[in-house]
Amino acid sequence: MAKVKGSIVIKIEQCKGCEVCVPTCPHEVIALSKNVNGKGYHYLEMVNDECTGCTNCAVVCPDAVITVYRVKKVL
Amino acid sequence: MENIPTTADIVKEENLVYKKTKVLTDNILSYCPGCGHGTAHRIIAEVIEEMGIQDKTIGIAPVGCSVLAYNFFDIDMQQAAHGRAPALATAIKRLLPDKFVFTYQGDGDLAAIGTAETIHACNRGDNFTIIFINNGIYGMTGGQMAPTTLPGMKSSTSPYGRDTQTMGNPLKITELVAQLPGTCYVTRQAVHTPGNVRKAKKALRLAFEYQGKNMGLSFVEIVSNCNSGWKMTPRNANEWMEDNMFPFYPLGDIKTPAKLEL
Ligand SMILES: Cc1ncc(C[n+]2csc(CCOP(=O)(O)OP(=O)(O)O)c2C)c(N)n1
Ligand code: SF4
Ligand code: SF4
Ligand code: SF4
Repeated sequence: MAKVKGSIVIKIEQCKGCEVCVPTCPHEVIALSKNVNGKGYHYLEMVNDECTGCTNCAVVCPDAVITVYRVKKVL
Repeated sequence: MENIPTTADIVKEENLVYKKTKVLTDNILSYCPGCGHGTAHRIIAEVIEEMGIQDKTIGIAPVGCSVLAYNFFDIDMQQAAHGRAPALATAIKRLLPDKFVFTYQGDGDLAAIGTAETIHACNRGDNFTIIFINNGIYGMTGGQMAPTTLPGMKSSTSPYGRDTQTMGNPLKITELVAQLPGTCYVTRQAVHTPGNVRKAKKALRLAFEYQGKNMGLSFVEIVSNCNSGWKMTPRNANEWMEDNMFPFYPLGDIKTPAKLEL
């Protein structure tokens, strides 16, 4: 079983690739993709399964791009 | 994305802990990537949602980058002439005293062309909330020097840095309005880190709660970035803000009501 307790959903087309969320993640879960979205921005993506659903990234995102989920009990 | 585990077990409605508030519309924000205006909008909208006052709140948009704020908040809004938002808010609040009324203003709007409106509304103690986004610059028009521009800070009209001998001193208008008898709550916040966002949200909540108790004018400054005007990446702009803006504009409450009875 993966050790994931949380996960985020990123609205890729609305992400402006500003990267201000990246340093707020305590587990280095998020980084900008090498690919770009329809507007030409390098969008945010998850790069590992360490997300705890802490909401830090969502709370600093100026464009409200991130939705956060967290399982209450570890699976 | 092949090394990412399946999140299907987690991404379910019952596990939802954070989603975009419904007090923001689906319109894409017109702000530059990483601009604090967006974060400030979001937490104002979250406070309105949490207080259940969406249909009782009227916002006043300024002139500046946030001139289109009425496209982004799903509440009643009116856009004011440059700097005149506090005058318009005074009128609206006096005519509709049961509504929650706030202005949303940049530093050029609030502390330059609108100085008189700001000071007199604060001195009269009109019962609304001013939300003041201080990025030290005129963002919308191309990064010109504002009254809030720091000593030595470069802008498009002070390309070698603000020389206080010839260009005057920056104006700490938030400290100034805290001296006036009509303000009940004056605070300075930021929205670039999760901790700061959470604190700023609490401050906005208090400001609206005081307004609900007719305690006078509540004033929330948010020290913010203008990465386009400052000519930095958003992450560098946030670091620059911590190193340069916060020492001159220290965060925290400047004036609080004698007793909180919330
Ligand atoms: C009466 C009037 N004078 C000047 C302008 C030009 N103008 C537009 S926005 C602006 C300043 C905006 O700066 P600020 O209030 O700091 O907001 P920001 O764009 O940085 O968020 C100015 C001077 C105008 N629109 N109307
Ligand atoms: S919710 Fe927390 S742990 Fe998960 S990606 Fe965002 S910042 Fe990282
Ligand atoms: S803060 Fe938001 S817009 Fe900026 S990179 Fe992260 S998800 Fe994208
Ligand atoms: S110009 Fe500055 S204040 Fe205006 S949207 Fe861009 S970063 Fe924000």
